[in-house]
Amino acid sequence: MGSLKEYIIMRALLVIPTVFILLTLVFFILRILPGDPIVAMLGQKVPPEVLEKLRAELGLNKPIWEQYIDYLSHVIRGDLGRSMIWGRRPVIEEIMDRFPATLELTIFSFAISVFLGITTGSIAAFRRGSKIDTGMRLYSIIAYTLFIPWFGMLLQMLFGVYLDLLPIGGRIDPGLEPPHITGLYVLDSILTMHWRSLESALAHLILPSLTLGIVLSGAYTRLVRNNLIEVLNQDFIRAYRARGVRNRKIAFHAMKNAFIPIITLMGLQFAILLAGAVLTETTFSWPGIGTFLLERIQYRDYTSVQGVIVFYALFVAMISLIVDVIYALLDPRVRY
Amino acid sequence: MLLEIEDLKVYYRSKKGTVKAVDGVSLRIDRGEMVGIVGESGCGKSTLAYSIIRLVQGEVRGKILFDGVNLLELSEEKMRRIRGKEIGMVFQDPMTSLDPLEKIGDQIVETITEHENVDEETAMRRVRELLLKVGLPEDRVESYPHQLSGGQRQRVMIALAIALNPKLLIADEPTTALDVIVQERIMDILEGIKREGKSVILITHDLALASERCDRIAVMYAGWLVEMGKTSEIVKDPLHPYTKGLMDSIPDLWMKKEVKPMPGNPPDLTDPPKGCRFHPRCPLADDVCRREEPPTVNLGDRIVRCWRWANASEG
Amino acid sequence: MNIVRLPEAREWMIWAGIVIVASIVFMAVFAPFIAPYDPTEMTNDILKPPSLKHIMGTDNLGRDIFSRVVYGSRVVLEVVFSATLFSMAIGVPLGLISGYFGGKLDRVLSMVMDSIYAFPSLILAIAIAAMLGPSVFNAIIAIAVVYVPTYYRMTRGQTLSLKSALFVEAAKTIGAGDFRIIRKHILPNVLPTILVVFTLCVADAILTEAGLSFLGFIVSAPTPDWGFDLSAGRPYLPAGYWWLITFPGLMVMLLALGFALIGEGLSERYLRREI
Repeated sequence: MGSLKEYIIMRALLVIPTVFILLTLVFFILRILPGDPIVAMLGQKVPPEVLEKLRAELGLNKPIWEQYIDYLSHVIRGDLGRSMIWGRRPVIEEIMDRFPATLELTIFSFAISVFLGITTGSIAAFRRGSKIDTGMRLYSIIAYTLFIPWFGMLLQMLFGVYLDLLPIGGRIDPGLEPPHITGLYVLDSILTMHWRSLESALAHLILPSLTLGIVLSGAYTRLVRNNLIEVLNQDFIRAYRARGVRNRKIAFHAMKNAFIPIITLMGLQFAILLAGAVLTETTFSWPGIGTFLLERIQYRDYTSVQGVIVFYALFVAMISLIVDVIYALLDPRVRY
Repeated sequence: MLLEIEDLKVYYRSKKGTVKAVDGVSLRIDRGEMVGIVGESGCGKSTLAYSIIRLVQGEVRGKILFDGVNLLELSEEKMRRIRGKEIGMVFQDPMTSLDPLEKIGDQIVETITEHENVDEETAMRRVRELLLKVGLPEDRVESYPHQLSGGQRQRVMIALAIALNPKLLIADEPTTALDVIVQERIMDILEGIKREGKSVILITHDLALASERCDRIAVMYAGWLVEMGKTSEIVKDPLHPYTKGLMDSIPDLWMKKEVKPMPGNPPDLTDPPKGCRFHPRCPLADDVCRREEPPTVNLGDRIVRCWRWANASEG
Repeated sequence: MNIVRLPEAREWMIWAGIVIVASIVFMAVFAPFIAPYDPTEMTNDILKPPSLKHIMGTDNLGRDIFSRVVYGSRVVLEVVFSATLFSMAIGVPLGLISGYFGGKLDRVLSMVMDSIYAFPSLILAIAIAAMLGPSVFNAIIAIAVVYVPTYYRMTRGQTLSLKSALFVEAAKTIGAGDFRIIRKHILPNVLPTILVVFTLCVADAILTEAGLSFLGFIVSAPTPDWGFDLSAGRPYLPAGYWWLITFPGLMVMLLALGFALIGEGLSERYLRREI
């Protein structure tokens, strides 16, 4: 048995082919699909000279394999090109400006969805076959089929407009931004002890993260329920009972066992979380990567759009690496 | 007398109807004896064992007197305190009966601390003693179940079952999943436990194994107890045709007798045969057997449920 | 000796789902007879709350929301069904071939499909739709690409387990060709699972369609589409015009819910473990 460190290095090396495939996919989707991306973005009426100039600048006039090599070598060096509008900043900088907002939203939504999913899923599993179980399963299906913008707007209407309790858009009240350390407003306000900023940041986070968290919790309810039922039917649970271990403790052991497979599925769930975040950000005017992507699509900023997609691909690969490492740490059966 | 089961019935519902898994079984077990409950699979012997510690789903009727207390009338919390503490249980499949995520030592410690008010250190000392007793090196406390072989895991299961010095140990096919040499070792450990004055119930489909190790044997068929008696007497002279059939189907290395496998299978317990439940497979069945249920006949320290002996004892 | 009681197949889930889906399909087909007004006709009755005249109220241009909701079902159903047919037409055969023949092709295809599968589906659809330009047809392509891996993975997995099953071995010894075996022995056995995946996948595709439409990648004014109408009503939310957003969004959820209920019920009926 090797060390955990070796395992992590091995697993990290395995990310390389995944990232490579994702990058290749992004390239092909953006360049090979029927139609010219420049024309698609700029419309048919662009003068040919402008078109040619843009193509040359983006390297689109080179042979396709050369474009591909260029693209890969740039991405590997962390160079996503420069944006085509507004000061032509490097795309990676623009993304990193927006990323903390998305990260903050996804962390809170993730926490809410896991909490709700575990609660409802385990209630359903421990009372399987009962009316409560059916109720929890209905909750799971309904939560899953809620359309994020719609559900978000209903919450905005209730808590923002009628009850006037919470803000319905933005990350924080203007002027209250805490000093920049991590870019996560909640964390930064705590670190710098700006309590009014913290209050404002949390108030702005509640509705968007509830929206995304509740919608995603449906999938977790189902995962937790099914896995827990499977574990509860296993021999060792009966063996615990036969030894007179208290039900509370048996439930703890059962949940511990049920979570191991759920952790692997969390990697895939995270992709759904990111997709949902795009709609949530739009609904709540949340200045994250999702709104950035849509804004740049509108302004036909081709390099930024490509950069964001590449960034998402890398992010997804990173998450799956982290998930695998957590799995290895938790499950003694995994051999490094 | 440690355990006295009276007219025990265990019924549960399935899609096809009510399964009469155990149907009117009475038996007694003394302190310090090993009793084998033998029968083909699907005869209700496991259900009988699990109903003693009330781990069956379904309706249980009758009486289970353990140390004079009727277990069927206890509250769930009182019953929990008996499981593990007074009655230990060893399962058929050691590969799936241990929690894969907990260290061996921690699993045994938890069992001890759930029943006794001892600190972790004392508990851990007892765990090491227990492991030595079942023939495992004490450093195994740090192992996870997947790091052990099947035989080693079954030793751990036994250590778990005897961790609190129970008066009764129920072993459900404890050697079925293991290879022959390991089987012998596990049986040696169980016999050692018996010699310390504890009672052991050995559930097995293997009459040869039971006749080697047990003081008494109870034979079950289709939810009935069909024969019970001292091992030596049952082996020498099986009274019930089913017991005889089981004896004849054991291959014997030394006696070179003819092996006769029993034809047919145990009946579907949602719809058992009328009359004697064994009559469709019985070479001696006659009209009475097909029509009416045989009574249980007491022949001194033997019990048999068969019309042949009912008639003989009357006559 | 625990008797494991499997929960009964929730037939009512399937039936509730079928009723919801059938009503919406009926609405789409007979829209001209159900809708009381022209969905694009503007009037002076702007931002009127629900009343007997306009049961779901009117929008900022005085259009009848109920009529827009009725007609709006057409675009969703068209996009989702066409996209799903595309995905199946590509994903299922690839899965069959990949799973049956194995080898290098299988490994490459699986890696590619797994990568697409791991990518956030709506973001991928947005990228494709943005590159192709907003239109109904391009939205169909975008959504189709996103769901190919789902059908591929499921079909491949099933084919792998069926391949070793006895009856295929038997068919082989008689001398049946590979494609005949796939068609006669494997495909029919994969179909129930395809059906389950289809219903669950359609539920998801409806939400993706609504998302794309909400972001403006499918239709433009004045075409009625639920997701698009929802975003059009959004500016009027702070002023409390709840009916502009409530009804289109509710329809998206109902349609997705209908398919999800069917899928959940079917998966309990046909598959022991839910996918």
